[in-house]
Amino acid sequence: MARMVTTQRKVISTVAAWLVGFLIFFPILWMVLASFKTELEAFAIPPSFLFFHWTTENYVTVQERSDYFHHALNSIIIAGGSTLIAMLIAIPAAWSMAFSPTKRTKDILLWMLSTKMMPPVGVMVPIYLIYRNFGLLDTRTGLVLILCLGNLPIVVWMLFTYFKEIPKDILEAARMDGATIGRELVYVLTPMAVPGLASTMLLNLILAWNEAFWTLNLSTLEAAPLTVFIASYSSPEGLFWAKLSAASTLAIAPILVLGWFSQRQLVRGLTFGAVK
Amino acid sequence: MGQITLQGVQKSFGPVHIIKGADLDIADGSFVVFVGPSGCGKTTLLRLIAGLEDVTGGAILIDGRNVVDVPPAKRGLSMVFQSYALYPHMSVRGNIAFGLKMAGIAKDEINRKVEAAAATLNLTPYLDRKPRELSGGQRQRVAIGRAIVREPKAFLFDEPLSNLDAALRVQMRLEVTRLQKQLATTAIYVTHDQVEAMTMADKIVVLNAGKIEQYGSPLELYEKPANLFVAGFIGSPKMNFVTGEPAKQQGAATVGVRPEHLKVERNGQGGWPGTVSVAEHLGSDTFLYVDAGPLGMLTARYVGELGLSPGDKVSLIPDPARIHRFDDSGKSIHA
Ligand SMILES: Nc1ncnc2c1ncn2[C@@H]1O[C@H](COP(=O)(O)OP(=O)(O)OP(=O)(O)O)[C@@H](O)[C@H]1O
Ligand SMILES: [Mg+2]
Repeated sequence: MARMVTTQRKVISTVAAWLVGFLIFFPILWMVLASFKTELEAFAIPPSFLFFHWTTENYVTVQERSDYFHHALNSIIIAGGSTLIAMLIAIPAAWSMAFSPTKRTKDILLWMLSTKMMPPVGVMVPIYLIYRNFGLLDTRTGLVLILCLGNLPIVVWMLFTYFKEIPKDILEAARMDGATIGRELVYVLTPMAVPGLASTMLLNLILAWNEAFWTLNLSTLEAAPLTVFIASYSSPEGLFWAKLSAASTLAIAPILVLGWFSQRQLVRGLTFGAVK
Repeated sequence: MGQITLQGVQKSFGPVHIIKGADLDIADGSFVVFVGPSGCGKTTLLRLIAGLEDVTGGAILIDGRNVVDVPPAKRGLSMVFQSYALYPHMSVRGNIAFGLKMAGIAKDEINRKVEAAAATLNLTPYLDRKPRELSGGQRQRVAIGRAIVREPKAFLFDEPLSNLDAALRVQMRLEVTRLQKQLATTAIYVTHDQVEAMTMADKIVVLNAGKIEQYGSPLELYEKPANLFVAGFIGSPKMNFVTGEPAKQQGAATVGVRPEHLKVERNGQGGWPGTVSVAEHLGSDTFLYVDAGPLGMLTARYVGELGLSPGDKVSLIPDPARIHRFDDSGKSIHA
């Protein structure tokens, strides 16, 4: 009897999970479908789900009108660069906070996080002026800088929680076992920290890739990443659903693939500390 | 060789003085146990010897060499942690072999030694498992294996058995003692369990609030406690302390008598009269908690069964040869 109840519950929860998953995924699916329709069919009511005239002409137009690869490269450089720099700064910072905390460590962490509570629009004007005066507008350097600084609090915080979870005892055991600091790092600490480093990096990469406020406001063409590329399709001249869909599909494709292959890391990273 | 000497070792954490000058001589090959109440500084003293904490003052000599400035990796000691502290990403084999690898020993020799250690500890079937796939007792044995395989000058144990269940604890207690005797390696063992202390130790160090109260063999501590603290700490149930008239008669401020040295007489004459308030019948023994009026509550242990129940009048007669006398400052008075 009990067994039946559990199988029943399993079936129900599986169905429910698929349903929720499908609901969440549906807009993306719809967007991908729309990108293969003609502009007319994209608007059609009732909409056709699969039986329409499949075409790739939107992709061709999009690439012709605005250079996808130029923006994709910018996205890669900006997301990758800001993530790498943020990691380089955050690892030693989180390290020292986790392994030799002082009285103020907790306050510093909270203060750093509090900067994320501020709406970015609040500092839009001063940042814009600073960027203009330093010639950083529409430069990759400028975008790397702002995204790196923007995500740094989260990166430090995440790494701090990871490092914190590494028991001090184990490092001390390595020391007692005759390991020098260097070997302790290589053989004990790094292997234990790698999953944490990897998921932090992934999450930061995704955050930077999707960041739209600063990238839209501080770049126009030269340094513009894919966010700007998408935005250019919802213009005053009118909405082109099919083309916008094609552009969006192209923009999210790389990060979607990355996320797909690293989903286990990501889930572990996001639920870290929640379950033992 | 593993002869360890502490000379006036002190430790403060900021303004807080934790270890207040410890002097100790630990002979090579002996099994020394640190006991004391929680927070008295047992772990801290052990970590000072290990080198995981820096001393604030004094000297620590290992085989005659002062090691206070030597990092833990170079002291040649190994430690078994209360939490086991196994490397989670390494197999049992990797865990045991790690110290040897760090010492730069040849691969086949490492393998030989690891397998020998695993055999002694019945870990051979588990060599390729990860720590998370082991039971608590098995993890404990891996931690011990990691310590013995390096043939250190001394083993340091910090409450290694406190996470095991009672039955396993007794078994591991025997195993650790047997292993230590067989290897004839110096061992320092921290515990707050006085049964462990009494049964395992060659010598016991009784610590209280960062000071060494007494250093001696288990029987010395039991028979000739140096002061009230040691007298009260060693032995179970606790020693009875009586002040006032009976103490004055003995020329002391306080006299102490262990529960097992009080003769119990039903409705008896002489000695210390009182009323049984609780009787615990264990079958082999009976523990009586007796309300002795002005003398306070006294505990008596009777071997066997006496058929007493609460409310019965008894008389407790101390064994005159087993009365401990203490002066005003709590120090033992020896005749
Ligand atoms: N890193 C530290 N900073 C400040 N105080 C400390 C530190 N480590 C220990 N102490 C203090 O030193 C005292 C002794 O601690 P220790 O861990 O040596 O006690 P213990 O005898 O091992 O106790 P237990 O039986 O509970 O393990 C305690 O009062 C503790 O609060
Ligand atoms: Mg302790």
